[in-house]
Amino acid sequence: MGYAFSSGTELLDLTDKHGTAISDITINYSAEQQNLAGLDILGEMQRRLQVIREAIDLGMQHAERSASGLSGGDAQRLTAYAPDVPLLGQPVKQAITYSFAIMEHNARFGRIVAFPTAGSAGTVPGCLLAAAEALGKDDAALVRAMFTSAGIGMIIGNNAMLAGATGGCQAEVGSASAMAAAALTELRGGSPDQCFQAAAIALKGLLGLVCDPIGGLVEAPCVKRNATAIANAFMASDLALAGIVSNVPFDEVVEAMRNIGRSMPASLRETAKGGLAATETGKRVWCAVMGDES
Amino acid sequence: MSWQVFDIVGPIMIGPSSSHTSGAARLGKVVHELIGGTPETAEIQLHGSFAEVYKGHGTDIALLAGLLGFAPDDPRLRQAAEEAQQAGMTYMISCVDLGLGHHPNTAKFSVVRQGERLEVIGCSIGAGNVEIVSIEGIKTNYLDGKFETLIVMQQDAPGVVAEITETIAREGLNIAQMGVAREDRGERALTIINLDEKIPDDLITELACDERILWVKVLPIIY
Repeated sequence: MGYAFSSGTELLDLTDKHGTAISDITINYSAEQQNLAGLDILGEMQRRLQVIREAIDLGMQHAERSASGLSGGDAQRLTAYAPDVPLLGQPVKQAITYSFAIMEHNARFGRIVAFPTAGSAGTVPGCLLAAAEALGKDDAALVRAMFTSAGIGMIIGNNAMLAGATGGCQAEVGSASAMAAAALTELRGGSPDQCFQAAAIALKGLLGLVCDPIGGLVEAPCVKRNATAIANAFMASDLALAGIVSNVPFDEVVEAMRNIGRSMPASLRETAKGGLAATETGKRVWCAVMGDES
Repeated sequence: MSWQVFDIVGPIMIGPSSSHTSGAARLGKVVHELIGGTPETAEIQLHGSFAEVYKGHGTDIALLAGLLGFAPDDPRLRQAAEEAQQAGMTYMISCVDLGLGHHPNTAKFSVVRQGERLEVIGCSIGAGNVEIVSIEGIKTNYLDGKFETLIVMQQDAPGVVAEITETIAREGLNIAQMGVAREDRGERALTIINLDEKIPDDLITELACDERILWVKVLPIIY
């Protein structure tokens, strides 16, 4: 098992030892895994990219609201918005548009790729597809960047958590933002160390974020929190490429996230009993969804 | 569990929730495979968060989709209630409190197919992944649909587990993980064995010949 890693430090050492990128190590490690051996790993990732593209296309075509009325139409609204001075910048705006398309499609019982979860499914794909367009990168580069993001996600999953029910929104959208930040950095030619700096900066920015979905649904605030995660990921990637480093290294940020997640009360871990879910609006939606029985 | 690349970039699923929709569909699919097809009747009890927020996530139709044998990314999930009617599967879904020891996203299935009755409890542990926690009231370990799995219900007696593993060794298969639990001394016991290779039919036939073995099932990898 020459490519096995369980922490950021180990993964970074492997990139150093082999003189390759995070994506290469993740691809080689996956090829070694018993239950993935023999699978065309690059082809399977390309297939997932195709499902993501279909979800975006379908999400962009529809503007109707979801059954709950909490989401829908914002992907088209953002596409139509073209001010003289777009303060957000075109790649970020495009990334958010794609993420809305995916998340709105998801809320309509559409077919998506959880990345790493359904609630955070817009962040990494939105960032990578928009950045690839802006930078003129082909599908091979995109697929590699997806592996970079997966490497970061595996470390977070194995050392902390990736579910809102166990660690709050920081574990879903925070992890997705860190994964996207690292992948964007590799896509733009950053070093493996810069990728980890980007991931650390991105994750730190969203530490402590609670999971408080209105009506318990994967819609509000989830859809717009993917937008937050995207802007955060682009920011972190730019900072890392500027040579700015995180005072706390990536592995310790992951440990901090785990500890914060463990001390989060259940009401703020996907139970729809606290935070935004417990607001007047949140309670009204809960009653509507549950058919006024609670 | 140990996260791998397609657990992170995946699963490919029908929304909206990886735990409450995709995981629910996968649980149903595991039960479909265990009973050997679509059951004629299914009683499903939802516990915890499954019971509280199932409506908005379509947890109920996702469970039915799985019982019908649909994969978690099959678009027919949306019409699973109608599909169940067409397939002649009658079902009842209710909410229940299974107690504190259970994961918040737990479902208890009682299914009947061709005269066989099976009771399975499983939970959706996040990101579309599942864990079966008991079959016929006997605790299970390592049962998550990620391996080719051999499931044997046997008499709790000396040498039965050795008989099973020897048969596996003769077939040249490698055991990745295994667990054994029983109802009580001398009663029924359940052996779960995850294998690195595909399970050949003659292994099942050979094991079924032993009169101390009550039944043998295979759960394939569920993608």
